[in-house]
Amino acid sequence: MFRKKQEEIEIEGRINAVPVSHPGRIVGVLAVLLVVAVVISDLFANPNYRFDVVGEYLFNPRILSGVMWTFILTASSMVIGVVLSMVLAIMRQSDNYVLRGTSWFFIWFFRGTPVYMQLVFWGLVGVLYPKIALGIPFGPTFFEFSTAEIFTGGVAAVLGLSLNESAYMSEIVRAGFQAVDPGQAEAGKTLGMSRQQIMLRITLPQAMRIIVPPIGNETISMLKTTSLVLAVPFAADLMYVTDAIAGRTFLPIPLLIVGGIWYLSCTSVLMVIQARVERYFGKGHDSKVQVDKNANIEVTASV
Amino acid sequence: MFNKDTAPVVRAENVHKVFQGKLHVLKGIDFSAMSGTVTTILGPSGSGKSTFLRCLNQLETIDAGRIYIDGCLTGYEERETASGTKLYCLTEKQVAEQRKRLGMVFQRFNLFPHKTALENVMEALLVVEKMHKDDAKDTAWAFLEQVGMGDRHNYYPAQLSGGQQQRVAIARALAMRPDIMLFDEPTSALDPELVGEVLSVMTELASSGTTMIVVTHEIGFARELSDQVVFMDDGIVIEQGSAEVLSNPENERTVRFLERVL
Repeated sequence: MFRKKQEEIEIEGRINAVPVSHPGRIVGVLAVLLVVAVVISDLFANPNYRFDVVGEYLFNPRILSGVMWTFILTASSMVIGVVLSMVLAIMRQSDNYVLRGTSWFFIWFFRGTPVYMQLVFWGLVGVLYPKIALGIPFGPTFFEFSTAEIFTGGVAAVLGLSLNESAYMSEIVRAGFQAVDPGQAEAGKTLGMSRQQIMLRITLPQAMRIIVPPIGNETISMLKTTSLVLAVPFAADLMYVTDAIAGRTFLPIPLLIVGGIWYLSCTSVLMVIQARVERYFGKGHDSKVQVDKNANIEVTASV
Repeated sequence: MFNKDTAPVVRAENVHKVFQGKLHVLKGIDFSAMSGTVTTILGPSGSGKSTFLRCLNQLETIDAGRIYIDGCLTGYEERETASGTKLYCLTEKQVAEQRKRLGMVFQRFNLFPHKTALENVMEALLVVEKMHKDDAKDTAWAFLEQVGMGDRHNYYPAQLSGGQQQRVAIARALAMRPDIMLFDEPTSALDPELVGEVLSVMTELASSGTTMIVVTHEIGFARELSDQVVFMDDGIVIEQGSAEVLSNPENERTVRFLERVL
């Protein structure tokens, strides 16, 4: 990275030595530059890319609605997934054998089968259970719905993605909780705080510092995994839409580029958000904080 | 009835602690401390001093014996049943209520790293005492001033020296206005030049009549401020008495320990 040159203190006889030369490095740089030049010139020379088509479809309403749906699927699956993963992680640490075992089984099952298979399954729930009834188990029934009404493609897709995600995420969350010094919870206890207060206000915020980078990773991964929802089938996300247009126009390559541009844009946005969230939870830890005696704390960028 | 002037505020009877079913750390501790006095617990590493202190505020459950704070049995309720007296575990809420009466200062400070000095002290005032935010801030500020950390209220623990962190930790415990302050080797993790500032805060507390139980290796502190000195070795109390004990120990193991640390 490039750093702003800082003002240096003047000292007498500052060492100003000739650096060691790296001839091999220069050869490497030249080779890389050559490859880059070839690729770029080819992008302009090769007519099969059809950048005119890319431009035509980039802001096509159907594509934009695909981007929106991909975002909605990602966001809702991640929110449900993260919340569920915390429940699973807390269950996993429980003293109770049944809670611990249930959590273990859930993770074993949903981590152990392909997400594609799970999505197909959730799409078929309506076949397996044509009606969903609400009532007391083994007792009377209060409401009854047709499964197809509630279990639309979108719901099945979010359910499938979030359950799968929570299984992975709970292990991340567990590692985060375990990394927090037990002395923190003890300090909370001696102050008379309840278990929930310690969890929410002391342990969780510190675990978040460790959990957030992998959550960012998982979110980016989820953004791309949403392209599998056509298994449900759910026919509105970005991958499905670009594929459908490509099939109709017989122009797969420019539409792949359109999809790629949008996926990369979304990922870039997520990376910016991740950096912000990391900085928030890094409070008191890895930010280089400058303190003014009278004013509030100024956090200088550490990202 | 419990009488504050004559009955000890902390009383432990025949306390045993066994870790993992085989490590017998406390082998029958009898202990008492009067209100407004300073007790120091001395002894070699692994003698069970810290474990005993942690038993007092229920960070560890005891395997046998009884601990009374202000005459109240801690951790359990004794009920008469047809088959004799039986112990019932207290609920989490009741345990928290009992713990609140004992402030604790840890060897490694255990400040909340994601909160500033002021927020550390405010935390329990807000969520346990349900204080209004402004009141909590004022109270926290006053206690930070008391330990000489008022000007550092906005610092995160990582930006403070060990001695400063420990002073904030003391303020955090004091802010809950406990009846008894427990100190678990409060200066052992500090660089030698930082020990003094923490000891001076503790000295001030002692002279203001706070009931203190201090596990420490600071013989000087023990000699000057203790109303009672307790020597522990291998899970039992081998000697106890006034600070005089430090000058004229009777037990042979106490003599050997003092020779090593002085």
